[in-house]
Amino acid sequence: MTDILALAADNLISPIVLSFALGLAAALARSDLSVPEAAAKALSIYLLFAIGFKGGVSVADHGIDLKLGLSLLGGVALSALLPLLAFMLLRMMSPMDRLNAAAVAGHYGSISIVTFVAATSVLESSGIAAEGYMVAVAAAMEAPAILSALWLVSRGEKNARMDSGLWREILLNGSIVLLVGAFLIGFITGPEGLEEISSFIVAPFKGVLCLFLLDMGLVAGRGMQKGRGALGIGAVAFGLLMPLLGATAGLLTALLLGLSTGGAVLLMTLSASASYIAVPAAMRVALPEANPSIYLTLSLGVTFPFNLTLGIPIYLAAAQTVTGG
Amino acid sequence: MQTHKAKRVEITIEQVMQTRLTRTLRGAGVTGYTVLPVRAGSGRSGEWSRSGQISRAEGMVQVVCIIRPDRLDTLLEAAFAVVERHIGVVCVTDCEVLRAERF
Repeated sequence: MTDILALAADNLISPIVLSFALGLAAALARSDLSVPEAAAKALSIYLLFAIGFKGGVSVADHGIDLKLGLSLLGGVALSALLPLLAFMLLRMMSPMDRLNAAAVAGHYGSISIVTFVAATSVLESSGIAAEGYMVAVAAAMEAPAILSALWLVSRGEKNARMDSGLWREILLNGSIVLLVGAFLIGFITGPEGLEEISSFIVAPFKGVLCLFLLDMGLVAGRGMQKGRGALGIGAVAFGLLMPLLGATAGLLTALLLGLSTGGAVLLMTLSASASYIAVPAAMRVALPEANPSIYLTLSLGVTFPFNLTLGIPIYLAAAQTVTGG
Repeated sequence: MQTHKAKRVEITIEQVMQTRLTRTLRGAGVTGYTVLPVRAGSGRSGEWSRSGQISRAEGMVQVVCIIRPDRLDTLLEAAFAVVERHIGVVCVTDCEVLRAERF
């Protein structure tokens, strides 16, 4: 317990979390601080490229094994099944109707790549290695949850609009293409490729992550203000409980797959995080009647800050305790 | 100078629906359109601003097209099928153009 608290305290005063806190505080204080839209986009492209590339290099270095395929399957299964748990919990813990509960549930099966990036940064700082292919697992976990959410809605006989265009947008959204593409480049070029560009994608990584999280803090803070009336106590409690349950499911899956401690932490983080980029866009097309203030505020204003500040240290401590790493 | 009567249709809609709408407009015989970014607004769904959006889910755009009056009903029926369930505004105004053959 003392270790967990020490780890959480270290995490809370890290430049990454403090940058997020600065953005959050500025937004809540109604400061006019903002990161230009194009700059924020460039920062996210950099982070996705760097994390994908480094994952690919790691796989090139250690080789492909059966565990990679099984981990992908495990990730897909988690993404598809976690929305069912989230839906059941939401219906028990809040007065949310079926449509909104299904839309929220879809977000909690999918992932937040920024939370994943923050977790890899914490692992690096702690000197804990993780399987490089977890980047590919992250990409595989984006979409299945959307299907589960739409299935939950269709059971209630509401119309969900799904067309081939939407499928293309979900499967080929910019984040997934960049992440998988950079992963493949890293895999093909290997450690030599990393050596060539390490001064660009390794050394500045944490500084760029700080700036990106400053922007995320601003977005989360403004989202909290905007969605203040949209959530009841039950929904907020769900936003704090669901990551812990998702992480537990992730840990059990990691143990079944025989992942390393670092791999387990990353799978827990992926299972605990909620989407705020790919799934909201898909929900606006497929379920336009669902209220975006509910799912965006929960995902970005409640679960994301929780995971970033307390969640990741908890997942790290739990994984270390269980795997003995 | 000789001018010709036309209809200007402005459709403010969620960004995620832009491609679906413009594809539908082309299918309804629209020969050209302009897409404008929307910075901020307020309506039945509350206040909205482009600044601080991290997801495409909340972005809005405005699609503007000018057509011959006899094509208006076809266009509106096609557009309505796309925008019916979504946040947005459809507005039609009379206008005049110089080169009618372009519309």
